[in-house]
Amino acid sequence: MVTYIVRRLVTAALILLGASFLVYLLTAASGDPLAEFRASSAPNKQQLMDSRSALLDLDTPAPVRYFKWLGGAAQCLVPFTGSCNLGKNIAGQPITDALGHALIQTLTLVTGAAVLAILVGITLGIITALRQYSTLDYGVTFMAFLFFSLPIFWVAVLLKEFGAIGFNNFLRNPEIPLPVCLGIGAVLGAVALIVAGGDARRKVMTGGIVFAAVAAVLIYFSVTQWFKTPGLGPVVIAIAGVGIAFAVTLLTAGLRNRKALQSALIAVGVGLVLYFVVQPLLNQATFLMVVLLAVVAVLIGMAIGYFMGGYDRGQSMRAAAITSFLVGFLIVLDRFMQAWPAYFNNSRVRGRPIATIGAGTPNIEGDFWILGLDSFTHLILPTTALILISLAGYTRFTRASMLEIMNMDYIRTARAKGLSERTVVMRHAFRNALIPVATIVAFDIGGLIGGAVITETVFSVRGMGFLFLDGILHVDPNPVMGVFICVAITAMAFNLIADLAYSALDPRVRVKA
Amino acid sequence: MSQPSQQDEIMAEEAALRQEAAGIEPVSEARGLSQGQIVRKRLLGHSGAIVGLVVFAIIFVMAFTSVGYAGIPGWWKYTHEAVSPLVNDGTPTASLWPLAWGEHPFGQDRIGRDLFAMTMRGAQQSITIMVVIGLIAGLVGVVVGALSGYFRGWMEAVLMRLTDVIIIVPALLLAAVMAQLAGRRDEGSWFASFASSNGVLALGIFLGLISWVGLARLMRGEFLTLREREFVDAARISGASNARIIFKHILPNAVGVLIVNVTLTMSAAILTETALSYLGVGVKSPDTSLGLLISQNQEAFATRPWLFWFPGLFIVLICLSINFIGDGLRDAFDPRQKKFNAKKAKDADAAVPEKTPVAALESRADDGRTAGGDRGA
Repeated sequence: MVTYIVRRLVTAALILLGASFLVYLLTAASGDPLAEFRASSAPNKQQLMDSRSALLDLDTPAPVRYFKWLGGAAQCLVPFTGSCNLGKNIAGQPITDALGHALIQTLTLVTGAAVLAILVGITLGIITALRQYSTLDYGVTFMAFLFFSLPIFWVAVLLKEFGAIGFNNFLRNPEIPLPVCLGIGAVLGAVALIVAGGDARRKVMTGGIVFAAVAAVLIYFSVTQWFKTPGLGPVVIAIAGVGIAFAVTLLTAGLRNRKALQSALIAVGVGLVLYFVVQPLLNQATFLMVVLLAVVAVLIGMAIGYFMGGYDRGQSMRAAAITSFLVGFLIVLDRFMQAWPAYFNNSRVRGRPIATIGAGTPNIEGDFWILGLDSFTHLILPTTALILISLAGYTRFTRASMLEIMNMDYIRTARAKGLSERTVVMRHAFRNALIPVATIVAFDIGGLIGGAVITETVFSVRGMGFLFLDGILHVDPNPVMGVFICVAITAMAFNLIADLAYSALDPRVRVKA
Repeated sequence: MSQPSQQDEIMAEEAALRQEAAGIEPVSEARGLSQGQIVRKRLLGHSGAIVGLVVFAIIFVMAFTSVGYAGIPGWWKYTHEAVSPLVNDGTPTASLWPLAWGEHPFGQDRIGRDLFAMTMRGAQQSITIMVVIGLIAGLVGVVVGALSGYFRGWMEAVLMRLTDVIIIVPALLLAAVMAQLAGRRDEGSWFASFASSNGVLALGIFLGLISWVGLARLMRGEFLTLREREFVDAARISGASNARIIFKHILPNAVGVLIVNVTLTMSAAILTETALSYLGVGVKSPDTSLGLLISQNQEAFATRPWLFWFPGLFIVLICLSINFIGDGLRDAFDPRQKKFNAKKAKDADAAVPEKTPVAALESRADDGRTAGGDRGA
């Protein structure tokens, strides 16, 4: 095992050396760094060219420059000295600083998108696998192919037009005409009709209920101008909480486990009481406090489950903990909504909240909630675009993996033992179907850091992709090399992790030393 | 109670073949057909693939006949460069009801170029690039994968490390370098003169030369398993050369994986080309491509949205149809592709035994076994 890892690391280091040499030479050969001065008619043209040449060390041939760069970069390997030197970019800024900023921007952009795409993609994949060759399956498959075929820059421009400009115009006077309410209700009702299982009568009933509920809610929103002063309030949280309690119990323990259901419902009740208790506390919230509150919520849920007990204490604890976490999330969401009018009327936002470019409103001031909303309104469009194009892969892959598992002998054994379908799917099939998905996820996370060049360009986020593209356009090897090294190292590390995780998760695949 | 006849035994055997697992529908279509026939039959039975093929064929014919190709004039009256006076401020003249084509079906841009001609020209470019990439990536991928998977040893080590290096070098950088080299028309090198006269072909060749890596890895995996099989040993013992074993014995068995993945590489390649053109390092004006059209016209979305809609629509259509063809091919080539139905599997216990051959046999044999019959559903 250790031999295997060491061998992989040595190979990776050699590949990295070779590839970085290649990248350096290619960047240096990709153009003329002095082109912008050659065409200029400035009186100090020669001086500008000389200073640029000195900055980029153009008198030295590119291979020699690479080894100079490598000498600086090698110092990064020595820990705790702080003498990391990746060179400077064309504006004289050290690359290590620029990389730090860019990395934060990129991570805030891609993390949410990746997590959501993975969650939604796996869920859709499992559902479509369980209902293979149903209308739902064909619908999701078609959507997956469609999203897979969309050029992201095209989607991004559409999102900017309709998601930002259109929605902001709507927010100026948030009234939804009655036909639109009914239309949206009808569409969602039709979706529910397809998604719902069971016989025709149950499907039609589900569709009808969803249609009525959605239309009623939209009419209510329109009449009360909810979008101007959004909020959930304790009543909605209570109703949604009970729904969550039932759903979570259904998935984790089965509704027949009464103790688990009771634990989850008690967790909702406690959450409602705490809703009023924590409001003053939330007014002075910081990020750390919200994280701590989430941990507390999970602990409270586990305590409730522990004291309720039942024949399987673990199941009760799990159901209550997940429920209380989700109820806590609803409470925080409600608090964000309470801050919305203040954000909406902020002098820097001026009533057009959804932004098309950048990663934050410049010079905005406010508490945790205002700043949080600001990041949210800037991230929502690029995140949506990224989710749309990466969803398809996860859905298709999970579906294929799940279908293969459902044909396994041990699934038949589990059914033959008389286990409930929930146990078969959640315990026996789902966990094993996740093994190959886990490796794909690891690969993708490795590629995430550098993978959003086009999204960053379209939405003007100054992240890693922007740094890279900018370096290429200015024929400036140092930023290109900095981004390349970061991306390559993460990609290789995650490839190794993926391989090791696979062998840890699946005992049939053992790494041979 | 007579002895089961030979006919019954064959029926029982056939039925036993179908009893793979609960909920899997039987595949008896493969009997007595060659692989090519099975694949063709399954592909033609795959409605998604058929729709994909038809849509792609229509786009292909339309793109290559309308504005002409390689000097041959087409039937459309404008070319992608010709400027004509604005008709109705350039709005599209095509309408569905009444079905009419009009003077400029997709509209015109600000200076009066016909968008239909430009879109067709862009689709030509995208399809050309796609085919070139498919051919080159397939060829290089097969050679590299076959050599490293079949010979192992130092050849595998060298080729696979080369693959690793190429996978890790960003395509965007390579494209930028290529665009730069192609732009140096003054230097008169053979590459620059070739690239300036066939910009798209150069881009396709270049993208093909970097997108073979995934394919090579897959082919290597296939060769690694296939070379250990008995038929390869048999061929070697009867004196076949390495080349014959690779091309006559192993490659036909790996052709399914190859074709499916070449198709998927091609659909990804279209998006790569459009993205590179969008970022300004792919196809350059005055020539045009679908990605370049979107990039040039995205600012005009508020005033001339059609300039943005039609090129994007064609990218999506081409890519979608190729993806559906690829999906159909995958289903057709994969022998494990069986229809699994969770509902049937769940209901299998409760189901009334159907009159499958085994059930019929058992009712005659009269020994009360019901193990097989209820799973045939």
